[in-house]
Amino acid sequence: MLDEPCTPMCAGFSLYNGSSGTFLPVKEGKDAMATVKFDESTRIYPGNDSPSVDRLNIDVQDGEFLVLVGPSGSGKSTALRMLAGLEEVNGGKIWIGDRDVTNLSPKDRDVAMVFQNYALYPHMSVADNMGFALKIAGVDKAEIRKRVEEAAKILDLEPYLERKPKALSGGQRQRVAMGRAIVRSPQVFLMDEPLSNLDAKLRVQTRTQIASLQRRLGVTTVYVTHDQVEAMTMGDRIAVLKDGILQQVATPREMYDSPANVFVAGFIGSPAMNLISVPVADGGVKFGSHTLEVPRDSLKGAGSNAIVGVRPEDVEVTTDGQGLEITVDVVEELGADAYVYGTPSDESISLEGGEDTIAKPFIARVDGRRVPRKGDKIWVQPNASHMHVFNAESGARLSS
Amino acid sequence: MALQITTARPDPALLDLPWSTPLEDWPEHHLAALPRGISRHVVRFVRLSGRVLAVKEIKEDIARREYEMLRNLRRLDQPSVEPFGIVSGRIDADGNPLDACLLTRHLKFSLPYRALFSQGLRPGTETRLIDALAVLLVRLHLMGFFWGDVSLSNTLFRRDAGSFAAYLVDAETGELFARLSDGQRAHDLDIARVNIAGELMDLQAGELLDEDVDPVAISNRIVTRYEELWVELTVTEEFDTGERWRVEERIRRLNSLGFDVDELAITTDIDGTTISIQPKVVDAGHHSRRLLRLTGLDVGENQARRLLNDLDSYRAGMDRQNDDEELVAHDWLTRIYEPITRRVPRELSGKLEPAELFHEVLEHRWYMAEREQHDVAIERAIEDYVASILPSKPDEVSVVGVDTVEMPVIADVPRRP
Ligand SMILES: Nc1ncnc2c1ncn2[C@@H]1O[C@H](COP(=O)(O)OP(=O)(O)OP(=O)(O)O)[C@@H](O)[C@H]1O
Ligand SMILES: Nc1ncnc2c1ncn2[C@@H]1O[C@H](COP(=O)(O)OP(=O)(O)OP(=O)(O)O)[C@@H](O)[C@H]1O
Ligand SMILES: [Mg+2]
Ligand SMILES: [Mg+2]
Repeated sequence: MLDEPCTPMCAGFSLYNGSSGTFLPVKEGKDAMATVKFDESTRIYPGNDSPSVDRLNIDVQDGEFLVLVGPSGSGKSTALRMLAGLEEVNGGKIWIGDRDVTNLSPKDRDVAMVFQNYALYPHMSVADNMGFALKIAGVDKAEIRKRVEEAAKILDLEPYLERKPKALSGGQRQRVAMGRAIVRSPQVFLMDEPLSNLDAKLRVQTRTQIASLQRRLGVTTVYVTHDQVEAMTMGDRIAVLKDGILQQVATPREMYDSPANVFVAGFIGSPAMNLISVPVADGGVKFGSHTLEVPRDSLKGAGSNAIVGVRPEDVEVTTDGQGLEITVDVVEELGADAYVYGTPSDESISLEGGEDTIAKPFIARVDGRRVPRKGDKIWVQPNASHMHVFNAESGARLSS
Repeated sequence: MALQITTARPDPALLDLPWSTPLEDWPEHHLAALPRGISRHVVRFVRLSGRVLAVKEIKEDIARREYEMLRNLRRLDQPSVEPFGIVSGRIDADGNPLDACLLTRHLKFSLPYRALFSQGLRPGTETRLIDALAVLLVRLHLMGFFWGDVSLSNTLFRRDAGSFAAYLVDAETGELFARLSDGQRAHDLDIARVNIAGELMDLQAGELLDEDVDPVAISNRIVTRYEELWVELTVTEEFDTGERWRVEERIRRLNSLGFDVDELAITTDIDGTTISIQPKVVDAGHHSRRLLRLTGLDVGENQARRLLNDLDSYRAGMDRQNDDEELVAHDWLTRIYEPITRRVPRELSGKLEPAELFHEVLEHRWYMAEREQHDVAIERAIEDYVASILPSKPDEVSVVGVDTVEMPVIADVPRRP
């Protein structure tokens, strides 16, 4: 079981807001544990040399909301399709509960792909729109009615069950479509970028709705998105993929506080973490004029350089001559504080994650009452207790 | 942001359409009242330079994806609607952005299933529609196309010599792969089954379909028909070397289903006693391509077969077995086909597509001959057909006034007052 189902919101995660919704378990009577296990699961597309999903190992807990996130082409959709039974598995296995589903056809897996273009039927009542798939499956009338009413309660659709879809608002219609998946009471919900068709404002609204709905239903859910903000706000845990390889699985808080490697560090969080390659010195790493203390043990595997990571909110503006000198390029005022985008004055220092032509700026969050101006020079250093150090070669985390 | 029009066939008349108005509010005089299936987006038909276009209001990135997908399907010779263009960068009178529009050419003489049902159909039509959809799905799957939203609403039907030919109309969820996995095919089929049952139940709830029809049984037919076809088209057959005729027979069976055999993998076992064959089926349209080559007529597969039969009997009747096939075909076209199809008075010409009309006249001649117990000239058959049958047919270039619905499924968007 999950030790502590903790959403970013209940962890007091301040970067993003949203409501957590009430937790109303409605799964009484469902005995089978709907865990999901990717077990060394591998997919090599015909004609490709390298796997698109490479020996993936993830254990999804019963009732958990797991988000697969990563840049385009990282293998998220492939992994989800393997779980859905749409993609052959070339190595390893996939388990749902204690069933090995690796070779089962999609409809025998008891999973539901949610938000696939569900049509609403104009002549049928809302109740029939939600329940007709059960009728096809031969479920008896009383049972259908029971499940439809349960789903309607959760979706706030009870008063509308006998109406026709035409008489509903757009948002209510969308919930009817969700109801169609819910009444099937599958063991696992699968969602692949379900919000990508919505504009930015609706996307924010709908993602909190889905997250809170999932928590009320308590159905194990695997959700794919390329948007790390979406992942952070929705998932109980997040799995970050890159080039078909799992980088880290963790709660949003862990992921944010101790990213397992440089890639995760740069991918999670916005604005992104500053990542700078610096020389290793005796007892620590050189950061401009300063030596930042790093426990000797952690630096054991490091070469002559290490990568220091510091989130914009963990940057401290120091007195002149201390740490690293930054020339301010842009200031973004937010009221209580401001983001400063700048370039290290020492041209030999560049930030990781930039592209050939576009250098990545150094970003610092500063006090709104002491905001520097464009062109100013400021001196910065990481807050020692919130600093990240990574191996320059492998990218792996060195600091604890 | 300026209005941006992407199209392979620029037409200045496109600029006269009211792009700064939400599609829902376009004035009547631009619109053609043709029937549509159920959809979540707003779809309208407009007249433009003598043709009819379907306009779908949809987010720009999705419009571009669907446009490209439809272009690919056309390139791969798959029966689908023809993409015409994309209009993006639309802004309303108050300067607010509007969604993009995807333009496709209206598929002439096509019938959405709801229009077919509201015409009061012959019994058994439901099953013929399903059979046509099964053929379409098998074709698309052979090509590596995963549809993701198979339904009667996302298919258009054209009459094809008494049965139907199905065309894909909504490629929004589609994806092309080198090859589909069994799981992908099974999933598409399951989506089809559930959607079809739902669509038929909806027709029953709206009293457009007889209560005796069993939606679940009919929807199951898509699975059985699909699987039969798939096996026929892909299975490896084994037999003794003495039974070589079975190779020939397999090809003929495939052709009669409307598929072409591109190559045949024939393997003989070591001692040479058994052969196994596996056809690589490329594409339906064997007959329609042959007819197109011979006469330039571009018609449905069954219509083509019907027309080719008539061409063959013309050839036999004229005793021109030894003449060049192209020559005979040309004569048949100018002496039989064209004069007959031109006999339809102008005001009735919107009833049926010419090839379908020709097919019906042949049928009609057969009934007349049976009644009169002697041969009937085709000229007499067309006269009788135009006088007694055609006027009572519905107009199918533009079936008007049937139940069509849009059901936007999106969260509440503030509407202008
Ligand atoms: N059918 C296919 N045949 C060959 N290669 C494929 C196929 N589908 C995906 N790939 C490759 O596999 C890799 C992973 O693709 P996948 O679609 O799973 O990525 P993704 O993380 O979902 O990306 P996106 O966010 O762009 O959807 C990519 O390199 C892609 O090019
Ligand atoms: N080119 C065309 N020719 C004839 N009819 C068309 C054409 N394009 C669209 N239609 C009609 O409009 C209807 C709706 O179009 P379409 O299915 O593309 O919309 P949609 O909103 O994407 O649907 P869905 O809800 O399935 O996603 C179709 O069912 C069809 O009847
Ligand atoms: Mg559609
Ligand atoms: Mg669509």
